[in-house]
Amino acid sequence: MTTPFREILKRKDFVVTAEAAPVKGSSVSKTVEHITLLKDKVDGLNVTDNQSSVMRYPSLGICLLIKEHGGEPVLQVTCRDRNRLAIQADLLFAYSRGINNVVCLTGDSVDVGDHKEAKQVFDLDSVQLIHLVHTLNSGKDMAGNELDGGVDFCIGTTATPSADPLEPQLIKVEKKLKAGVSFIQTQAVYEFDELKRFTEFVRNIDEKVKILAGIVPVISAKMAAYMNDNVPGIFIPQHLIDELAQAPKGTGIAKGIEIAARMIRQVKEEEVCDGVHIMFIGREERVPEILEAAGLL
Amino acid sequence: MIIAERKPMEEIKQAMAPYKKVLVAGCGTCVTVCWVGGEKEVEILASQLRLARSAEGNEIVTLEATVERQCEKEMVTELKDKVAEVEAVLSLACGAGVQTMAELFEDKPIFPAVNTTFIGMPEKEGLWVEMCGACGDCFLDRTGGICPIVRCAKGLLNGPCGGTRKGGKCEIDPEKDCAWVLIYRRLEKQGRLDLMREYNPPKNFRAVKRPGRIQAVKI
Amino acid sequence: MNGCIVAFCCEHSAYPAADLAGRLRLHYPESLRVIRVPCAGRVDVIHILKAFENGASAVLVLGCEDGACHHITGNTRAKERVKYCNMLLKEVEVDGRPVAMFNLSPNTPHKFVRAVNEITKIIKESGR
Repeated sequence: MTTPFREILKRKDFVVTAEAAPVKGSSVSKTVEHITLLKDKVDGLNVTDNQSSVMRYPSLGICLLIKEHGGEPVLQVTCRDRNRLAIQADLLFAYSRGINNVVCLTGDSVDVGDHKEAKQVFDLDSVQLIHLVHTLNSGKDMAGNELDGGVDFCIGTTATPSADPLEPQLIKVEKKLKAGVSFIQTQAVYEFDELKRFTEFVRNIDEKVKILAGIVPVISAKMAAYMNDNVPGIFIPQHLIDELAQAPKGTGIAKGIEIAARMIRQVKEEEVCDGVHIMFIGREERVPEILEAAGLL
Repeated sequence: MIIAERKPMEEIKQAMAPYKKVLVAGCGTCVTVCWVGGEKEVEILASQLRLARSAEGNEIVTLEATVERQCEKEMVTELKDKVAEVEAVLSLACGAGVQTMAELFEDKPIFPAVNTTFIGMPEKEGLWVEMCGACGDCFLDRTGGICPIVRCAKGLLNGPCGGTRKGGKCEIDPEKDCAWVLIYRRLEKQGRLDLMREYNPPKNFRAVKRPGRIQAVKI
Repeated sequence: MNGCIVAFCCEHSAYPAADLAGRLRLHYPESLRVIRVPCAGRVDVIHILKAFENGASAVLVLGCEDGACHHITGNTRAKERVKYCNMLLKEVEVDGRPVAMFNLSPNTPHKFVRAVNEITKIIKESGR
């Protein structure tokens, strides 16, 4: 995957990205294994930014590793941990090192993470962050100063198609689209009706933006229940929980992979959207099995 | 008004440990209304302290006084004679009150007995909720009179985050409403949803140059 | 007041019951100090705390039966205050100073004596 992600988005009919979650600690050997395994099988590798407000190896650091190993990194930037100065500085650094794709998101609250007493920043929100990247792309910083050497980021964002109530969420998506994004990676979706409704809404505002459906394999009924209760913005329907509950003991992961592959096939065949973003957190080494079962390898 | 919460008894007891005679000072304004630092709370806290110390066989003498506003020097000056009599002051006022006291009586140690928490209003009897972040750049006209700076857990300015729970509750607490869902409903009711679709640029967080200082025009 | 039991008695119920108990020559601890109040709801947290500060070993708040308060909610509010008072005492780790609330009617002197005996038992158990 040496083609820039921006080009992939323009050219490819079905875009596939996967997530590489940074480790807690400085030992990146396993992450490097994952990068080597996945870099040529997907179009871009997303790196999360202190995901779920749990302190980890930085997104920027893993993106550099991806770049060094010949992959196409997608830098996730949240608004939780950095103010506008720090975000701009990080983006300048990223671009200077060949990291050209950025996903702008709000970030979870520190209350759900492992440093609950931290002062959360949220100097900007995700819509403002998208505007900020455009400002940098235009050769200026947020204060209007000229940059000595500009940037040219391919900008993406996230959305939650299964939010309830949906309307306020859609108004925010509309603002993000108007700010200008090339792609949207959705929160994990399990109901295609929701996804179709969402896609239709987006298409009415912006025909060109690529929508990648978020795929998070669920490997047990227990995990599904846990996610429903604890992961913000995720709603797993009962019929999937039942399907997982009926899987014989020890076949949970296989079942989860099967369901994920089935969903990807459906997204592709029914042309629900333009691709998928696979998040198999902690089991990155099994992402190729999903790709294979979905007929993407 | 300003909302506060009483500090844990253990912390207060420890703070008072070196002293034999103290003034327990209340404030008759905000903290009286939120049941934390008025006349009644002063007499109860003083009594608790005396009971605790007498159980330890180490009696403490407490003077009690509540002024109308502890954040105004003129009103705190009334306490001059009482402060002169004691070794320390235990103040049940908000942070502004404690500091006014400390500024007026520079030679005395002043201890806060409450934690000042937020600017809020009573939602019902005995339940106070945060309403204002004193950001110095009010834009409530754009948000249906609901402040996302403090009522959204992340202070977002352009709509809800992706973590909203089913039914429009907050990501971090199912007891709390998502401020942006409230704003949506309010503006929808007013037929002003277009306001929510407008982009709110990054906030000027230096609208109040900290530390804040405002000179009013005398008329 | 050292060691005595302070009983705040509502003049519509507990006070006449106490009076009747005396007239019937029912036996109750002589350390009892009866304070007549217009309603159990008149008894404030600070009154209870001050009783302890002055050496009381226990405090009783005696009001009308549920639903029979002459001031409608005086007895229920008194119950809440007694609960709150116990919390305040626990907070300062002043153990073994019981505060209890009982409801009774004016014509139940035996119930009055029972309440006093009960709190006496609690004091004895706590070893004070």
